[in-house]
Amino acid sequence: MSGTHPPLDFPAYRSTALRHPLRPLTPLPHRLTEVTGPLLGEGRVGETDHDLTAQHGGEPLGERIVVEGRVLEADGRPVPDTLVEVWQANAGGRYRHDGDRHPAPLDPNFSGAGRCVTDAQGRWRFVTVKPGAYPWKNHDNAWRPAHIHFSVFGRAFTQRLITQMYFPGDPLFAFDPIFQSVPEGARERLVSRLDLDVTVAEWAVGYRWDIVLAGRAATPLEDEDDDR
Amino acid sequence: MSLPETPSQTIGPFFAVGLIWPDGPEVVPAGTPGAVRVGGRVLDGDGEPVADALVETWQADPDGHFATGSGGFGRCATDAEGCWAVRTVKPGPLPAPDGGTEAPHLDVSVFARGLLHRLVTRIYFPDEAEANAADPLLASIKESQVRARLVAAADGDGLRFDIRLQGDQETPFLAI
Repeated sequence: MSGTHPPLDFPAYRSTALRHPLRPLTPLPHRLTEVTGPLLGEGRVGETDHDLTAQHGGEPLGERIVVEGRVLEADGRPVPDTLVEVWQANAGGRYRHDGDRHPAPLDPNFSGAGRCVTDAQGRWRFVTVKPGAYPWKNHDNAWRPAHIHFSVFGRAFTQRLITQMYFPGDPLFAFDPIFQSVPEGARERLVSRLDLDVTVAEWAVGYRWDIVLAGRAATPLEDEDDDR
Repeated sequence: MSLPETPSQTIGPFFAVGLIWPDGPEVVPAGTPGAVRVGGRVLDGDGEPVADALVETWQADPDGHFATGSGGFGRCATDAEGCWAVRTVKPGPLPAPDGGTEAPHLDVSVFARGLLHRLVTRIYFPDEAEANAADPLLASIKESQVRARLVAAADGDGLRFDIRLQGDQETPFLAI
């Protein structure tokens, strides 16, 4: 995991203290259960699930944005037909969750959850509002930079990924232990970029962010799948 | 071409906003022959329940085949007591490339606030002593008491598998 992923033990993020294993991990060879995975999506994605601004009677408050990208394998191949799930705070930095005690307003027109399935080129696209930064209790005066949570399956159990997408140039990056937990050379991979091709003129600013999943070893089982 | 992999981040405390599926814990429908409840608690290094974890399972069917759709996958968030459970069936054994056989097992991912990367483990079945003894992964764990923690325990009508993130009885986690 060195180089790309955060360590499980990261003292600056206090919740890791009692939740990271102390025993070394046992290597798991990639056998059939690891090189396969669920093909989710059908029946799980509704008409407005990709548009977080269209799930209620009116539009949510905040800066409307489009976020678009692809799910790719490390060799550059797109991952088509895979479920992408997102969730986020509203423009005021408040989640629609009982556990969120931040005294910022809920927005009756914003749930903050989205789903879509990638197309044949591995592309996904969400319309939403830019989430606000919000305080948390990790340390004195702690604030999370604005982010959207992403959950992606890919093609194999080995590729399952849950992560967070950030916005370019956020001044809170330097003070956020969750962002800083990622090795320095890999952090920028979590930051989307402004893209005028994603932007819809006179309607919404667009951000682009590609998700690259761990590589997977080819197996006879997968070759059979490819032949279908 | 090799693209740089996207780093993992914690699922955080508010994933229920987006990741709860009402049917997530039902790998098989109620009434399926051989259906069994597999579940337990997720506990932290103080033995306290982890009330904001998400447990996912992935497995073959009883014939040792993997579904081409959504079959074989389970997802359950823990409750206030740290409890999770899925309803599933025991998968078949699987061939290993070296001529060996893998005992029936579920692959498990654990996500939670405080976990910057998922934890992976496996659940084996207590009524498969012979197959478990021949399983390559179990055999790679030398200490028998540690190895035994990957085997669920019979618990009434179901199977119990507690996930201890840290401590004396820590669950063996797997590097994937």
